[in-house]
Amino acid sequence: MASQELPGRDSSAVAPRAEAGGRERERIDHDASLGSFARRRHRKLAVAALTTVAIALLPLVIHDVYLQNIIVLTLMYAALSQSWNILGGYCGQISLGHAIYFGIGAYVSTLLFVHAGLTPWLGMLIGGVFAALVALALGYPFFRLRGHYFTIATIVVAETGLLLMLNWDFAGGAQGIQIPYGPDSWAHLQFARDKLPYVYFALGFALLTWLVTFLIEDSRWGYWWRAVKDNAEAAESLGVVVFRSKMAAAALSAFFTAIGGSFYAAFVSYIDPDSVMGFQLSLLIALPAVLGGIGTLWGPALGALVLIPLTELTRSYFGGSGNGLDLIIYGVLIMVIALARPEGLTSLFGRTRKARATPQARANPEARANP
Amino acid sequence: MTLQSLAQILASGLLMGLIYALIAAGLSLIFGLMDVVNFAHGEFLMLAMYATFGIFAATALDPVLATPIVVGAMFVLGAFVYLAVIRYAMRAKANIGMVQVFATFGLGITIRGLAQHFFTPDYRSIQTSWLAGHTLDLAGIFLPVPQLFGAVLSCLSFVALFFVIRRTDFGRALEATREDAGAVALVGIDKNRVFALGWGLGAALVGIAGSVMAIFFYIHPDVGSSFALIAYVTVALGGFGSIFGALAAGLLVGLVEAISATVLSPSMKAIGIYAVYLVVVFMRPRGLFGNL
Amino acid sequence: MSARLLEVRNVTRRFGGLVANADVSLVVDEGEILGLIGPNGAGKSTLFNLIAGLYPPSSGSIVFAGEEITRLSAPARCALGIARTFQVVRSFDSMSVVENVVVGALMRHAGAREARLKALETLELTGLIGRANAPAVALTPPEKRRLEIARALATHPKLLLLDEALAGLTPSEAREGVELVRRIRERGITIVMVEHVMEVVMPLVDRAVVLDLGKVLAQGLPAELVRDERVIEAYLGARHRAA
Repeated sequence: MASQELPGRDSSAVAPRAEAGGRERERIDHDASLGSFARRRHRKLAVAALTTVAIALLPLVIHDVYLQNIIVLTLMYAALSQSWNILGGYCGQISLGHAIYFGIGAYVSTLLFVHAGLTPWLGMLIGGVFAALVALALGYPFFRLRGHYFTIATIVVAETGLLLMLNWDFAGGAQGIQIPYGPDSWAHLQFARDKLPYVYFALGFALLTWLVTFLIEDSRWGYWWRAVKDNAEAAESLGVVVFRSKMAAAALSAFFTAIGGSFYAAFVSYIDPDSVMGFQLSLLIALPAVLGGIGTLWGPALGALVLIPLTELTRSYFGGSGNGLDLIIYGVLIMVIALARPEGLTSLFGRTRKARATPQARANPEARANP
Repeated sequence: MTLQSLAQILASGLLMGLIYALIAAGLSLIFGLMDVVNFAHGEFLMLAMYATFGIFAATALDPVLATPIVVGAMFVLGAFVYLAVIRYAMRAKANIGMVQVFATFGLGITIRGLAQHFFTPDYRSIQTSWLAGHTLDLAGIFLPVPQLFGAVLSCLSFVALFFVIRRTDFGRALEATREDAGAVALVGIDKNRVFALGWGLGAALVGIAGSVMAIFFYIHPDVGSSFALIAYVTVALGGFGSIFGALAAGLLVGLVEAISATVLSPSMKAIGIYAVYLVVVFMRPRGLFGNL
Repeated sequence: MSARLLEVRNVTRRFGGLVANADVSLVVDEGEILGLIGPNGAGKSTLFNLIAGLYPPSSGSIVFAGEEITRLSAPARCALGIARTFQVVRSFDSMSVVENVVVGALMRHAGAREARLKALETLELTGLIGRANAPAVALTPPEKRRLEIARALATHPKLLLLDEALAGLTPSEAREGVELVRRIRERGITIVMVEHVMEVVMPLVDRAVVLDLGKVLAQGLPAELVRDERVIEAYLGARHRAA
């Protein structure tokens, strides 16, 4: 770039592109740049594959049903938060009402199973599609809302859903629905004593949402969503249709959240409005991504890894006693991470890249000191 | 439905609405000042109720007389929360909106845990007090005296609040700080001091509501969350940052709640509020009086 | 000159009671650099935003490449070949420099890989290739201005709208900026640039339109305009009004 700093020359002298040799060199530069980008992507895939294998092997060492239960929940929340992250993290639309999609998934698959004998595998697909449609219907009025107005609207919608389910007798009302026990079967996703199949299902679910996010990150939608989050007006000037982008993110996010709801219903085999549509659930879906690193590939998984075992353990140690210690630990943890690590826990690992970038930025004004 | 019962519904709706307005005003004030939604607002309310109860249990001082003490304590608490937590949340360089949301959420959960820890999760209520159990018969319309007391306090608070914002140096400093915090520093106003006072004022307002509600409502660590949601809806309905909007929206919410409790069923009364909110926000994305 | 690329016909824009643009008409020919100048509050930014599609005019019409675009949204105009920068830079701060440009490149390239290649080439042209992998937040202010230009260029525009892209730069940075604008024009891209300071743009533009109080005051060659008494008057008058 040094030649550009020479003032007062005519433009052909400043542009190295004019020479054929220069063009050749740039070509190679870009290929190298594309190559290193591709290598970085491959490395992420490799890490994900290794992690998956490691988790798949965990049950060989951990036989305790209680601990396996925590593994299932951690994986499930990792996946749910990964789904939330699509809308909240990448597209920047902070929803605190995702419980409604979770609840839709849980109720649709359960009602179809209990009343029509439909396998939860199909039920969760139907629930997912239904949730996506609901997300689109809600997005139409709500994506005109900004910031806190949007967030509060999402809370209100989920609360409305909760109230409706509490008063809808066909769906069990406040009592909820018990899924009748049958023999262990993959087709019905029912396993009376063995937790292991649920571990593998949850692992598959977490891996699926991770892969979807991974693919999105380097796709048209992924770039568009982040542009919408960072500056909607600038995004529009570059041809991004903001409204449509938000709608797509909402539909995808709702679809996978509902899958989680269907899985949860099969896993605990009993659902009621408070446990599958309550506000606490909306919070738990959003939190891992926020704590781990919002809008990052690994944030939701990392956040779930810290948050879920901690809340489960504190709940079982202190929760029953009603002395509030579980809430205190939970609350303080959220506060401390939000204040001390605004970029989330993943920023603990990203330091090297930042460190390399910043001094360069400071060193750069050399061009200004020139004339 | 007779005219009398309609009047009864409207009257109780308006009384409750004035209390909702009071809760929402504190939230809206803080938001208008610094663009922060305090998601621990319900827990502030809960603490004020416990404080009233605690004073009553320890000294048998009637809630009416305890109110000034509670309000003063809440003012200190609000300022302290700003200085101890919010001030640091404002410094975040990334995801600042998110940091504020979850820092206050975490704070709310912590306060709830502390309440459970120190006050136990038992349901409490103030059994005997001067106002409890009394009703005022106004041409056949019965007004419960505690709610009436709350409504009067609410009206007085709004008058005082408008006075503080319009007529005092502190109010002008508030106004100037919300316009441009950076420029304000140049004129020698300490931004942190104004913000801390703003938080104190916001907490004091919810403190008034809490101390009145302790007379006629049960007291429990989770009591704040249901009222907090109503407060968020009220503020969004009125327009974030608008004190007048909070008052108008509070009255509207109280009325709608009373009507839908009768028309639908008591367990569905919130549906009416949510429906009105959703319709309004659909037509006016920034609420009735929002101008941001 | 060659064919007409953009035509603004009798455009008026009101904000409440305030008339920001009153009956403004102008044409931009293919391949030229047009300066849009005028004192503060002359309505330059409003006109600029009307062309870019941020909001529609109250009356009048805008025609681009033979197509009526008066009511089209900003993304639709971008698809037709209008790109812009912002006066206050708006980089996508959660992304790296190259990813910022990829967003623009996706306008014409469906695949992420092609878009990335296009983005890298655009960074080369704008002299930012060395910063491709830096986070956008880490850029210096002049670099951020270049990034905005790169992003806009990546959409393959026919018309590039530059909103005070040369403002607030040191003399050497401004010279580099002028050089960059010339290079962009050599690629056959028509440019409309809004500038407040006449000295910066006059040597660069082929033609200029002077706005004052929301109306077209004068237009023509830079050499004529700098001697035009009405123009001098407007600038001096504005300075007096401000003082």
